[in-house]
Amino acid sequence: MDPTALTIHELRDLLIRRQVGARELTKLFLDRIERLDARLHAYLAVQGETALREADRLDRRGDDLRTLPLAGIPLAVKDVICTRGVRTTCGSRILENFVPPYDATVIEKLRYAGAVFLGKANMDEFAMGSSTENSGFGPTRNPWDPERVPGGSSGGSAAAVAADLCAGSLGTDTGGSIRQPASFCGVVGLKPTYGRVSRFGLVAFASSLDQIGPITKDVEDAGLLLQVLAGHDSRDSTSVDLPVPDYVSGMHEPIKGLRLGIPREYFVPGMNPDVEEAVRAAVRKCEELGAEVMEISLPHTEYGVAAYYIIAPAEASSNLARYDGVKYGLRAAGSRDLLNMYRQSRSRGFGPEVKRRIMLGTYVLSAGYYDAYYRKASQVRTLIRQDFLNAFDRCDALLAPVAPVPAFKIGEKSDDPLQMYLSDVLTLPASLAGIPGLSVPCGFSREGLPIGLQILGPHMREDVILRIGCQFQRHTDHHRIKPSL
Amino acid sequence: MQSKITREEVRHVARLARLELSEDDEVVMTHQMNTILEYMDALNTVDTTGIAPTTHAIQNRNVFRPDRVLGSLHREAALANAPEKDQTCFIVPKVI
Repeated sequence: MDPTALTIHELRDLLIRRQVGARELTKLFLDRIERLDARLHAYLAVQGETALREADRLDRRGDDLRTLPLAGIPLAVKDVICTRGVRTTCGSRILENFVPPYDATVIEKLRYAGAVFLGKANMDEFAMGSSTENSGFGPTRNPWDPERVPGGSSGGSAAAVAADLCAGSLGTDTGGSIRQPASFCGVVGLKPTYGRVSRFGLVAFASSLDQIGPITKDVEDAGLLLQVLAGHDSRDSTSVDLPVPDYVSGMHEPIKGLRLGIPREYFVPGMNPDVEEAVRAAVRKCEELGAEVMEISLPHTEYGVAAYYIIAPAEASSNLARYDGVKYGLRAAGSRDLLNMYRQSRSRGFGPEVKRRIMLGTYVLSAGYYDAYYRKASQVRTLIRQDFLNAFDRCDALLAPVAPVPAFKIGEKSDDPLQMYLSDVLTLPASLAGIPGLSVPCGFSREGLPIGLQILGPHMREDVILRIGCQFQRHTDHHRIKPSL
Repeated sequence: MQSKITREEVRHVARLARLELSEDDEVVMTHQMNTILEYMDALNTVDTTGIAPTTHAIQNRNVFRPDRVLGSLHREAALANAPEKDQTCFIVPKVI
């Protein structure tokens, strides 16, 4: 079997037994990227030379590769995560030539675990978007249908995994940007609890919402990556100082007796019937596996879009104020004074969606509007969070769809920003509450497009959602089906 | 449609955000912001009396470290991406 089609845990076995070498494996992925990525555009940049050198170093190790959890595993990294000496653009022209002088904590951890970095993955500019159409460097195409979006903002990361252009990847999720593209591309995506994974070296979009997480071919791989990524970091004051459990062994426990809540508000009017059917079938499967299923209510779900699209742009307007052409990034030439340098650099460097969100964010934080919008949205956020806490009094986890529709066509929603925002309704609340969420393939639409099941858990309970996802995959094979390329 | 934000206000917000919008962009932006802000009215139907705002989803408070000098970026690394620089500083148009 072609090694590029295998999961991380399968590749690990091959590499440890030296049935395939690290260089050999890396080369197979690089060749495949060369053959297929011109069409898909999952990658913004491929670091072939460095990847092979990293792989060589692992091949030369005489000792047991078993000591390194990810020895020789080739990964893609969303281009919003700083990689030292390697251009990091955040999908934006304003950072087109930015080369970070340091590695993000997650990169350091993955390097230390023996991973090989193939390249940087395409994304919506500054992680703002749900389709990767907002990339300053062109969209990524969905491997299942190149006329369709891969989802966003981690579209490149998800497409790369779905097309076997890497063994796994890193994405980021602020309002659904791991879960939704994973769903659209038929792969697994995990948004950890806020604070579980360090944000040091993650270019900030919305600081109270951003999280880095794995996008992988199966749930077991997601657990393997999370094991390496999770943990307190003194360089990120929002990272949580709590011990990291053993995700890997915990995943294989049966789910008999677990109580699963199905939020009725997540089956929205206008939802694609194939999506509803696939998710309900997944719920029935979990019941067959011995879980107890009950309908619950998350009454403030409908306010999630409004709350999020006030809070996230507000935080973004502050975070993106640093792009002023002074220390790094695009500087508009010939500015006659400082103010004009700022205005022209930013106006030329940012795309329309980024500008829209900066404008919205600036407005809702401005004097006279702060209370009506930002403060109000923050109060509604408390209510949304409380909805989940109440639900978790009665359930161990929640099951729901990830998106109301499968992957839409490129250009279909890009003219109407509000329509695009509304499609995030099912992923936003979990982000606002800070709870972890897993997207797992659970079926296909009649057009053959992947559909994801969303598994939501209490804060810091990635173990529960991984366990449910893992058991679900043991008894289904949606995740084994691959797009024909 | 009742206007939530006027073109004049959009111009003002753009100034605050250090963005320069062309006339056409201004028109489009005004329309889009109005549509979006109209939608936000939905929040006014939620009773939030006595509800504390949430700005962070976790319980961290006052995360401090001892006041000790630790390593930082070397100057060369810090200046590496500068659009204009000399040996020690970032160079910008005259401020004063």
